[in-house]
Amino acid sequence: MNIVVCVKQVPDTESPRKLKSDDNTLDRAAADGVINELDEYAIEEALLLKEAHGGEVTVLTMGPDKATDSIRKALAMGADKAVHLVDDALAGSDALGTSYAIQQVLGRTGFDLVILGAESTDARTGMLAAMLAERLGVPQLSLANKVEIDGSSITVQRITDYGYDKVEASLPAVVSVVEKINEPRYPSFKGIMAAKKKPVEKLGVADAGIDADKVGLAGAATEVVDFADAPPREKGQIVTDEGDGGAKIAEFLASKKFV
Amino acid sequence: MAEVLVLVDHVDGEVKKVTLELLTAARRLGEPAAVWVGPGVEGAKDKLAEYGAAKVYVAADEELTSYVVAPKVELLAQLVADKSAAGVLVAATGEGKEIAGRLAVRLDSGVLTDVVDLADGFVGEHSIFGGAVIAHAKVKRGTPIVAVRPNSVAPEAAPAAAAEEQVSVTLSDAAKAARVVEKVVQEKGERPDLTEAAVVVSGGRGVGGADNFKVIEDLADSLGAAVGASRAATDAGWYPHQFQVGQTGKTVSPQLYIAVGISGAIQHRAGMQTSKTIVAINKDPEAPIFELVDFGVVGDLFQVAPQLTEEITKRK
Ligand SMILES: Cc1cc2nc3c(=O)[nH]c(=O)nc-3n(C[C@H](O)[C@H](O)[C@H](O)COP(=O)(O)OP(=O)(O)OC[C@H]3O[C@@H](n4cnc5c(N)ncnc54)[C@H](O)[C@@H]3O)c2cc1C
Ligand SMILES: Cc1cc2nc3c(=O)[nH]c(=O)nc-3n(C[C@H](O)[C@H](O)[C@H](O)COP(=O)(O)OP(=O)(O)OC[C@H]3O[C@@H](n4cnc5c(N)ncnc54)[C@H](O)[C@@H]3O)c2cc1C
Repeated sequence: MNIVVCVKQVPDTESPRKLKSDDNTLDRAAADGVINELDEYAIEEALLLKEAHGGEVTVLTMGPDKATDSIRKALAMGADKAVHLVDDALAGSDALGTSYAIQQVLGRTGFDLVILGAESTDARTGMLAAMLAERLGVPQLSLANKVEIDGSSITVQRITDYGYDKVEASLPAVVSVVEKINEPRYPSFKGIMAAKKKPVEKLGVADAGIDADKVGLAGAATEVVDFADAPPREKGQIVTDEGDGGAKIAEFLASKKFV
Repeated sequence: MAEVLVLVDHVDGEVKKVTLELLTAARRLGEPAAVWVGPGVEGAKDKLAEYGAAKVYVAADEELTSYVVAPKVELLAQLVADKSAAGVLVAATGEGKEIAGRLAVRLDSGVLTDVVDLADGFVGEHSIFGGAVIAHAKVKRGTPIVAVRPNSVAPEAAPAAAAEEQVSVTLSDAAKAARVVEKVVQEKGERPDLTEAAVVVSGGRGVGGADNFKVIEDLADSLGAAVGASRAATDAGWYPHQFQVGQTGKTVSPQLYIAVGISGAIQHRAGMQTSKTIVAINKDPEAPIFELVDFGVVGDLFQVAPQLTEEITKRK
């Protein structure tokens, strides 16, 4: 089975994240880059499926040069190879442009299964899996907390507001995962050493057959017009319980007319 | 005035509050037209009329709900074309965002997700990086598609005709590719919906067990609140996953959020940071949740929470 995992490098949520004032896009240089948390679950799921059904796991990342670190980590976890789409023309792409660019790369790698995280921690649009399914014309098996494959048929549990839906489809398909699905492994020392020798193919926009007019800031269908720091929250009152903590909260709630 | 399509979010015919918020926002942009998918519109029409739906497009065919997301996208795409709609609004729920994304691809239109406000010209306000930054964005190309975060826009009544029009759509094979074979409903109860509730009381690892969640539920019930949980609590199986608040759970933005036995990890904060008033009970004075609170008590939740419940009940 040919499994492609989409891995995004995002700024570490523990470091201060900001937008750049020249073009209103995310300042990716300012913060440490890490693998988007949910993408580690996507990688783990790909590895588990490969272990059960055979095949190959390819990491697909679109992002600046420094995303190489995240690719190496994914390879160290056990992925077989990687494709790194890197080109200045891609900077500032919106979700529409990103999904188009990734679709083009998938056209080159081919796939039986594409696995994504359900959402990134930086932009949090939660749309990419659905957009890819639409572009590729294959089943959308998103928000999955369980994936089962039997021959060419695939079943997932899709989490919903009321519980979950059991969803069935045939491969090829696009899957996105939530964090209930597994527990990502840590790269072993052996894995880290092996990762150094695994192939990473770097592609530019032209190599991937991407129309440069449809990506990047200029190709985006959306535009950030302005931004500002939110006013800081006023410092609240903190008291230590001396047998009356509950009553004190009740008083506070009453002062705010909640009770 | 051009029509603004509002996809109605409903569970078995019961309209969710976010729909009324979307109708309210749509009035700033054009003439609101509700889009209803599935059976049960009869019981809901009055409500849609009350909040300003000039029209209600009804696609009652149950087939539209038997597949993942794509049928709703095909319906909306057809309506956008037929009615020359000015834009489309959906709720920024997990599924709503997916609908918005697929529709954007289909129409080659810009899409804004998780906006907390929406102004003339479809300029959306985003609260990003866990509420630290406010950004405004707009759509440059195509028919604007906007997913609006529940509980962000105050719903206002403004009666309109809600003229009904039946619509049908012939689904493509691709739209039928992911089939829902079973819908599994896990306990719901009488409490308000988590993302829509004015007050949310959440419990975390400090609660210590499934049975102890009664302390949280009692407090919630005294306030007419929804119950939420941290991931530590849902992973431990103390509370069902659909009540998880946070990065990978629900994003809530209530008037009042009470965190009980929750440390306030960044992933938890991402789902509740825009709550208007925040209260916490935690025995650790260093817990990061205290950085956010309007009022906090350092103490044992098993002492403080029941006392609070009792005080609230007394004051009623
Ligand atoms: C604060 C902020 C807000 C934004 N809001 C919008 C908006 O409203 N509308 C809009 O069109 N664009 C928006 N963008 C741009 C958007 O972030 C990018 O287009 C992004 O590449 C795709 O969105 P996402 O990360 O939210 O994807 P999500 O759908 O949240 O991510 C899901 C999964 O997609 C995969 N993935 C995402 N990006 C990549 C990548 N570069 N390489 C490999 N895999 C990837 C990963 O598996 C990830 O887990 C916003 C950006 C920022 C910084
Ligand atoms: C990919 C990913 C996604 C995630 N998504 C989410 C998410 O959506 N939502 C989420 O919540 N988390 C999420 N997390 C997990 C998050 O990092 C934290 O682990 C989690 O929020 C911790 O839950 P907690 O605060 O209940 O537990 P802890 O951090 O263990 O905190 C428990 C708190 O209870 C206090 N306490 C204990 N006993 C008592 C007592 N008797 N009285 C008073 N206080 C007491 C302790 O002092 C402590 O502060 C995610 C993590 C990852 C990696």
